[in-house]
Amino acid sequence: MVEFALPKNSRVERGKEHKAGHGGTNLKQVQVYRYEPEDGKNPHVDTFEIDLDKCGPMVLDALIKIKTEIDSSLTFRRSCREGICGSCAMNIDGHNTLACTKAIGEVKGPLKIYPLPHMQVIKDLVVDFTQFWAQYESIQPWLQTYTTSPEKERRQSPDDRQKLDGLYECILCACCSTSCPSYWWNSDKYLGPAALLQAYRWIADSRDEATGDRLDELEDPFKLYRCHTIMNCTNSCPKGLNPAQAIGSIKQMIAERKT
Amino acid sequence: MATGRNPLAMQMARGSSREGVGHWKLQRLTSIANLILIVWFVISVLALSNANYAETRAWLAAPSNTILMILLVISTYIHAPLGLQVVIEDYVHHEGAKMAALAAIKLLAVGLAVASLVAILKVSLGS
Repeated sequence: MVEFALPKNSRVERGKEHKAGHGGTNLKQVQVYRYEPEDGKNPHVDTFEIDLDKCGPMVLDALIKIKTEIDSSLTFRRSCREGICGSCAMNIDGHNTLACTKAIGEVKGPLKIYPLPHMQVIKDLVVDFTQFWAQYESIQPWLQTYTTSPEKERRQSPDDRQKLDGLYECILCACCSTSCPSYWWNSDKYLGPAALLQAYRWIADSRDEATGDRLDELEDPFKLYRCHTIMNCTNSCPKGLNPAQAIGSIKQMIAERKT
Repeated sequence: MATGRNPLAMQMARGSSREGVGHWKLQRLTSIANLILIVWFVISVLALSNANYAETRAWLAAPSNTILMILLVISTYIHAPLGLQVVIEDYVHHEGAKMAALAAIKLLAVGLAVASLVAILKVSLGS
C-alpha cells in the first residue's frame, strides 16, 4: 500500500564536517547528500564550509570547488555550465533546478544540495535516468509524416513556428517530472510533465502528420490523466517553461475530438 | 531499474487504453452541476433551519424541490466515485487491493444513491 517512511537503508544520516581553512570571512555552509553504493552504509549529509570570496557565484561552482579542493569523491553530473545541457539538475534549497544557473547568493542559510527527488540514486547526486529516457523515447520524439517528402524542406509559416516557442527549449533535465507528486507515486505508468511537454511539442508542430496517432497513444488514465494540475512542474522548470499548460492543451485536444 | 528487461519495451508494453477523457469530462460536468445544486441545497437548508418536521417534509414534497434533490443526489453520486477512483489509482499500488477498493466504491455509490432516491420519493409521494 502506501509507504509513509523511507526504508531503513535509505534513512539519511549525518556525515562528515569539513571546516574551511584559516582566514576566510565570507563563509558558507554547503550540505551535500552523499551515497556510496559499494560501502553498504546509509546515505548521509556531509557539511562543507567554503569561502565564497574564493568561489564562483553559482551552486555548480561550489560543487566543483568542493570536488577539487576538499573531497574528490563527490560525484555529480555537469557539462555546459550555462543551462543548456540539463546535466546538473538537482534539488537545491528544496527546489529542483540546475546547479549551474542557480546563484549561491539566492540561498539564505546553509546551502542544501540533494539529488532529484524520488529517483534511484546511483551515487551522491547522480540518479538513474533509464526510465525517464525510455518514457521520452516512447512518445516518439521525431517528425512523422504520411505524405510524400517534398523535394526540399517541409516549410512552416512564422505563425506555426511560433507555436513551438516555449516547447522546443526543453532540455530534458527532469526537474519538472521529479517535482511532480503524480510522477513520484506512479512513475512506472505516468509519463510525467517532461515527456508530455515533449509529446505536445510534436503535436503542436504543423509539419508533423501523426497528431491523431500521438493523441491516441496519450489517451490513457495513467499515461496522461495522472496529471492533476498540481503545477509543481511549471514552478520548478529552470528554463521558465510551462509543462502544465502543454498537458492542459493535450487534454483539451483529446476532449475536443469526442463529443 | 535492474529488471533485465529493456526499459523502452517496459514502457511500450502497457500500450494505451484509449480512455480517460470520458472520466475527465464527466468529472468536470458533474462538478459544474454540483456547484449550482449545492448552493441551492445549502441556501434551502439554512432557510429551513427553524422549520419543524412537517414543514420540512412539505418543502421536500414540492415538485421543484423533489426534482432538484434527485438531481443533486445523482450528480453527487456520479462525481464522488470518480474523484475517489483517482485517489485510489494514485496511491494504492497493490493490484488486488486496488481492484477491490474501486469495486467497493462503485457499489457503495450506487447503493447510497438508490437509498437516497427511495427516501426522497417516499417523502415526495407521501407514503
